[in-house]
Amino acid sequence: MASLTETPLIETNGLTLHFGGLKAVDGVDFRLHAGEIHALIGPNGAGKTTFVSLLSGRRLPQAGTIALGKEDITRLPAHERVRKGIAYTFQITSVFPRLTVFDNVALAVQSLGPRDLAARTRAALARVGLEGLEAQEAQTLSYGHQRLLELAMGLALNPRLLILDEPTQGLAASEIDDFKTLVRSLVPATTVLLIEHNMDVVMDLATRITVLTFGRVLATGTPAEIRANASVQEAYLGA
Amino acid sequence: MTGAGLKIWTLHLALIAVLFSAQYWLSPYHATNLARIMVLAVFAMGYNLAFGYTGLLSLGHALLLAAGMYAAGLPAQLWGWSAGPAMIAGIAGGGLIAAVLGLLALRTAGVSFMIVTLMFAQAGYLTLLYFAPVTGGDDGFAVAATSRTLLGFDLSTDAPRFLAALTIFAVGLGVSLALVRSPFGRTMVAIRENEERSRMLGYNPFTVKLAALTISGLYAGAAGAAYAILFGYVGASFATIQYSILPMLYVLMGGAGTTLGPFLGALVMFVLIEAATGITTAHQFIVGAALVALILFAPKGILGTVRERWLRWLP
Repeated sequence: MASLTETPLIETNGLTLHFGGLKAVDGVDFRLHAGEIHALIGPNGAGKTTFVSLLSGRRLPQAGTIALGKEDITRLPAHERVRKGIAYTFQITSVFPRLTVFDNVALAVQSLGPRDLAARTRAALARVGLEGLEAQEAQTLSYGHQRLLELAMGLALNPRLLILDEPTQGLAASEIDDFKTLVRSLVPATTVLLIEHNMDVVMDLATRITVLTFGRVLATGTPAEIRANASVQEAYLGA
Repeated sequence: MTGAGLKIWTLHLALIAVLFSAQYWLSPYHATNLARIMVLAVFAMGYNLAFGYTGLLSLGHALLLAAGMYAAGLPAQLWGWSAGPAMIAGIAGGGLIAAVLGLLALRTAGVSFMIVTLMFAQAGYLTLLYFAPVTGGDDGFAVAATSRTLLGFDLSTDAPRFLAALTIFAVGLGVSLALVRSPFGRTMVAIRENEERSRMLGYNPFTVKLAALTISGLYAGAAGAAYAILFGYVGASFATIQYSILPMLYVLMGGAGTTLGPFLGALVMFVLIEAATGITTAHQFIVGAALVALILFAPKGILGTVRERWLRWLP
């Protein structure tokens, strides 16, 4: 793991987005180090998805800054952040239902360049275990397979940072085990930021955890530190 | 090339071969009609790239057709340009106006996009009327015979006109097929299917849509210029709303998002109108009834339905 004195991969300062009176993200200072698996947890409505929307550029903040390495990306449009290596996989599976499995992943692959398109696409599919399903329409896949397809699209972007929004939701226990193995195989080449409700997955996978409540950071630390943190227990784990 | 690719290109080449042979077995009257259909099909193919593949429902394509028509016809009229340069000017004119239209109209989407494109097309039509001393207004003007020759061939006569129309159609069809089978074609479909997801795969939806609309404009420009040169008439009536609706009807009839649908739609609609005109003065009613039946029973159009039910490999 990178030392804490290095420039973080992602750093936010005072990041803020309010919806009217709702303080969805309220002055968040956050550091994500290269090569870690960082879990973002918190009760429903804590602002987790809004926060990663700000990181990925799907929404723009009202105040605060976001840096990728040493570069300020606060106002950068989402598609340019993707090209800089920030990939986002959707909470609600958002594959292209009427396109084939191949075309879904090829869309991600070709955005990096046209070379060896078919081979790179098949490699991304093989990585998540979807080889052999290339010609199927995505909407005919089972839910678990659609989630894997979503993941393959994120991986095919060859990202520096992969943001996974509730990736294990709706997966069977065996599929969750495969998913954990897959995520572990990504680091340290890819840094993973994970929003997850399944505490077993979080405690098992994450090297560090950030707890959000009411749009603010309640605590950051290793799984052991978070488990021992009294205010976290009160706000979340014990509830 | 893969087996599927070979099959697809063979099918398209076979259509062009059949169309080529048509000049020998059709009467001159019908051959001229077929030339007209092929030119209109080029217009519809361009519309299909924007609407069928990229999901841009424009109500302003008459503006692009007229842009091509006048960009070819005016230099011919004013400065005596010959068919070749006039044709190139027409294609460029369609593309240029489409790009400008896109820069402005693509800030909107959906119904707003329909309305904005419609407004620009109406503004274009009114502009043509306003400058009637130059444009000829609704009456238009005839293109001089000297501007209707290409490499020594008189394009106002049957055989050269037919071959010129077929050439433009064949190039348009080939480019359209190559485009939709390319990575960019896949990107256009992705924008149509889910713009937000495409953005999160690193695509800028605005530039993709602008490119698709501009390509669509090149097609419309080519069709407008070809119409002016091959049929010898340029007029503001081609900028009316009717010519924005027609390519949509052709594409819906033939199958939106299929490469051969625009031609098939133009052919079927043309034949339908011809047949209906022979039976009743209320031929518009018959066309309307056919469209209602189509929407009810085959909303994906003829080839869209064929692809769904039988030929999955159709592009």
